Amino acid sequence: MKLVTAIIKPFTLDDVKAGLEQLGVHGMTVSEVQGYGRQKGHTEVYRGAEYAVDFVPKLRVEVLIDDSATEKVVEALVEAARTGKIGDGKVWVTPVDTVVRVRTGERGTDAL
Amino acid sequence: MKQGLPMLPGNRSALEVDVNAGDTAWMLTSAALVLLMTPGLAFFYGGMVRSKSVLNMLMMSMGALGLVGVLWVLYGYSMAFGNDVGGGLLGAPFEFLGLNGLLGADSLAGTIPSTVFVAFQAMFAIITVALISGAIADRARFGPWLLFAGLWATVVYFPVAHWVFAFDAGDGSTVGGWIANQLKAIDFAGGTAVHINAGAAGLALVLVLGKRIGWPKEPMKPHNLPLVTLGAGLLWFGWFGFNAGSALTAGTTAGVTFVNTLVATSAAMLAWLLVERVRDGHATTLGAASGVVAGLVAITPACSSVTPVGAILIGAITGALCALAISLKYKLGYDDSLDVVGVHLVGGLAGTVLIGFFASDAAPAGVNGLFYGGGVDQLWRQVVGALSVLVYSFVLSLALGWIVQKTVGFRASAEAETGGIDEAEHAERGYDFGGFGGGLRGSGTVHTGGKAPVLEGSNQ
Repeated sequence: MKLVTAIIKPFTLDDVKAGLEQLGVHGMTVSEVQGYGRQKGHTEVYRGAEYAVDFVPKLRVEVLIDDSATEKVVEALVEAARTGKIGDGKVWVTPVDTVVRVRTGERGTDAL
Repeated sequence: MKQGLPMLPGNRSALEVDVNAGDTAWMLTSAALVLLMTPGLAFFYGGMVRSKSVLNMLMMSMGALGLVGVLWVLYGYSMAFGNDVGGGLLGAPFEFLGLNGLLGADSLAGTIPSTVFVAFQAMFAIITVALISGAIADRARFGPWLLFAGLWATVVYFPVAHWVFAFDAGDGSTVGGWIANQLKAIDFAGGTAVHINAGAAGLALVLVLGKRIGWPKEPMKPHNLPLVTLGAGLLWFGWFGFNAGSALTAGTTAGVTFVNTLVATSAAMLAWLLVERVRDGHATTLGAASGVVAGLVAITPACSSVTPVGAILIGAITGALCALAISLKYKLGYDDSLDVVGVHLVGGLAGTVLIGFFASDAAPAGVNGLFYGGGVDQLWRQVVGALSVLVYSFVLSLALGWIVQKTVGFRASAEAETGGIDEAEHAERGYDFGGFGGGLRGSGTVHTGGKAPVLEGSNQ
């Protein structure tokens, strides 16, 4: 099993969700995060005082999937999140030892 | 010279005027309008600080409402509007102690009952004290702030209100303050007594308390600009009572001052935004709210003595001036947190002195300034009045602030300041968003006793 983590621009979430649902991924965790990569931040001005805001708001999407779906899920994610402009984000995949569904106690791929 | 303010309250024997119902209704309304300015100011200031100190910011204004309201009735009114004790410096403090002698049907201030005048002027004392608090955001302990507020109202505001607002009675039965009667500087609703006074005190407290930890390196952004804008709106709304109410009658003077209060403020906001657009590239919400307050400050002394066109010019000049003045604190290195000096002291000085240039005898005060052929006669009076209040307030505020700091300790501990003055001083937080502490179970918050009972089914 794999954990796919994606950092995306907030407004692409609906497309990302739709793309993953088409592939049969029924569940995801989304959190609001802040960070920066090559996009860097922006500047805000309050009563003439400039503040450099380094961190840009992004969403972190996490999905647990079966090994066999990895390529397709990553592809769908990247396609849905891409605008072609700087700051589109990143997607990475990490191996997962085990997964347990809390309600039933099911383990492994049954719990996905 | 026609002045908008009638004589001091006194018995009607020498002055056969009846209570005017229209005037009284307007003045009661105005008093309530001016009261609303203090919570409005609390929001204006509260939105500008970081979320960890919003409650302390609100509480400094609310504290002034509580304390100064009581002091005013006990002896403040008498110190400001009692018969002069000599030289136009102070009203007799015991004459109207506890409003003694002002409750009868024959006790009038012009055409309104004395108590209505007492109530209206109470609101001025309250907001002037509250204005100071913006200079010392994030770092003042609440108890010592109240101590300072009480001392300052007694030693600075009450006497200065006497200087500026207490006019001699027409029959000579009551003598008022020196700025109003001897100097004859025009300060219709409090450019000197309220704004220069509070601004100078703010500057003094900044020097006593020092900079906030991390200023100006660390970002100290406003945490809630909608709150700031709401506060500016409430201030503007209440200010119609402040200025047009200072006519003390519901008539021509109230009409002129009302319109001037509208149009000077509009012009000041536009001017502030223009400066920002040119200098920083963007017209900001905070700039709009700040421009509103700068315009209101500027037109406060001047609203009875200029035409609406003069009001536009005073508003525009002051709006631009204050927008530039607020950058000075970075150059000079003093942490006037919410720009009480840049807006109230500078705006108050501008409004008071510009009367000397823009006063027109077409307006109710009936005086011509330099630009209307009146020469420099009114101008020097304005300058002397403004500087007198500035120096008096600054010196005494410095002394009072220093005494409070040396005796009970004015400034919060470094730990309280960095952790958030709300939790340290008030044991509260302004906002409780999200699951953690937002009312969900398992938030790590446990009821640990205290005076209030734990209710059945409450989420503790």
